[in-house]
Amino acid sequence: MATQKTVSTTGNIVVADAMRQCRPDVMAAYPITPQTTIVEEFAAYVAQGRVHTEYITVESEHSAMSACIGASAAGARVMTATSSQGLALMWEELHIASGMRLPIIMANANRALSAPINIHCDHSDAMGARDAGWVMLFAETAQEAYDNTIMATRIGENPDVLLPVMSCLDGFITTHSIDRIDVLDDDTVAGFVGEYVPQNALLDIDQPVTHGAFSGLGGPFFEFKRAQRDAIERSREVIKSVAAEYSELSGRPFGAIETWGMEDAEVAIVVIGSTAGNTRHVARQLRAQGVKAGVVKVRVFRPFPYAELAATLSGVKAVAVMDRAESFGAEGGPLFLEVRSALYDAETRVPIVGYIYGLGGSDVRLDLIERVYADLSDIAAGTAQPGGLVYLGAR
Amino acid sequence: MQQLTEIRWHARAGQGAVTAAKLVAETALELDQYMQAMPEYGPERMGAPIQAFTRISSTPIEIHNNIEHPDVVVVLDESLLSIVDVVRGLKDDGAVIVNTCTPAADVRVRLGRATGRVACVDASGISLDKLKRDMPNTPMIGALAKVTGLFELNAVCDHLSKTFGKKFAQEVIDANIASVRSAYEEVSIDG
Repeated sequence: MATQKTVSTTGNIVVADAMRQCRPDVMAAYPITPQTTIVEEFAAYVAQGRVHTEYITVESEHSAMSACIGASAAGARVMTATSSQGLALMWEELHIASGMRLPIIMANANRALSAPINIHCDHSDAMGARDAGWVMLFAETAQEAYDNTIMATRIGENPDVLLPVMSCLDGFITTHSIDRIDVLDDDTVAGFVGEYVPQNALLDIDQPVTHGAFSGLGGPFFEFKRAQRDAIERSREVIKSVAAEYSELSGRPFGAIETWGMEDAEVAIVVIGSTAGNTRHVARQLRAQGVKAGVVKVRVFRPFPYAELAATLSGVKAVAVMDRAESFGAEGGPLFLEVRSALYDAETRVPIVGYIYGLGGSDVRLDLIERVYADLSDIAAGTAQPGGLVYLGAR
Repeated sequence: MQQLTEIRWHARAGQGAVTAAKLVAETALELDQYMQAMPEYGPERMGAPIQAFTRISSTPIEIHNNIEHPDVVVVLDESLLSIVDVVRGLKDDGAVIVNTCTPAADVRVRLGRATGRVACVDASGISLDKLKRDMPNTPMIGALAKVTGLFELNAVCDHLSKTFGKKFAQEVIDANIASVRSAYEEVSIDG
């Protein structure tokens, strides 16, 4: 294992630090709460000469992602960060980045989308971009946000992948809390991520290429899309190998899903982000009371780990899926829809309940999670049937 | 040290409560504890009532929800007692520490606390004396150390010299450390 330093800092600062350690050639970014301190801190590193990055200030997120696309197509290692309305404003460029197969690394501080206006945490922003062709990683803690940023660089830039990667952390809860975090030294990270060798750089004048050209009727558009699908499918194995290598260095394992108590769990909650910690805390207490509670945390949302979820959930008696985002008109939130789909091929049909929780930063109290486990225990015991979607703790 | 201690800070914006919450967390980290420190995330307006939070634990902290039932409440501004329910959710055996000249027994009555400890210290007076300005945050950390025993007085002072050493002149650091020591000595505890 590499030597590490234990620091006390916020999720945003440590993400900025991870980006500095990955030495991007270009960062183009626009500040937005609660992401702002990432780009502020990174701008300070540039000003201090601690990283040699071309820092492009822009007038909107639309321009931020456009500049990232231009720089990445030119052959640069490119990073940015955003949140909420900012991510929404990048919408068309998100698809262009993935369609042009540009491994841009973006931190997203998860925040609700207006209206009503709200600056606090939920996953509506990232979930709204889930079909944009980006690899999507989620962090429970500032530590994971740091680790994910470094791994994202290797995953996106892998020649078998060449896709942009979004690394999400919970707004305020993770971005602004001071936490205890172990960081690797600069040389270790530089060695791990290596130099970026672009595949089709526009600035490589010996091998002239065109990016993102018109591909109308009869052109290869359809095949481009299939190539994107193949690439994100290949990323599953790349994520595993990058994670194995990173875990050697850091001592911190990484899986597309991470489970707690699932060896013999009868009731299980599937969850993303910081709430996984609260859920594990409650599960630990319930275990002490004899409840066979388990937790499944999803760290990679795209590509979605269907096989892993089906395998870990196949033996349980009842499953709850907690979504911090809506998919209005669907039978549940985005995670619920995926988990239920993952279970379709399972041999036994596990009862599954969807919960919407924590929208707009609504506090995820421990008694709310206890209630979810209590609901599951009733279903497992056969004294209740799974009903429809539950708005957990809504007044 | 008990496994998890949750501290809620009440202050007016500009009194340094967020810095205090952070300093306490960092001091705990130097003692190889796990910790979290977070402000209450809202609009920042000088003088407005604000809260900040610190969690300290000997084991990794997994929870990220708001602190509803603190073990300790620290009040940096006495005027908040009449506009904020500072002891809301405070555990029955918890401690409340107030920056005030009023005797602790009187503050207990004012807060309606039948149980737990009530501690008072004139942190503003100490700060005016040592720092020549009213910055009650660092003296309140001295009082916190005394009331809770979460860490030794010297641990706070060592951390202050280390962290303030990067930003402030030696005399400012010395004045802060003297404030912490005075508050540690002078805090009066009822219960």
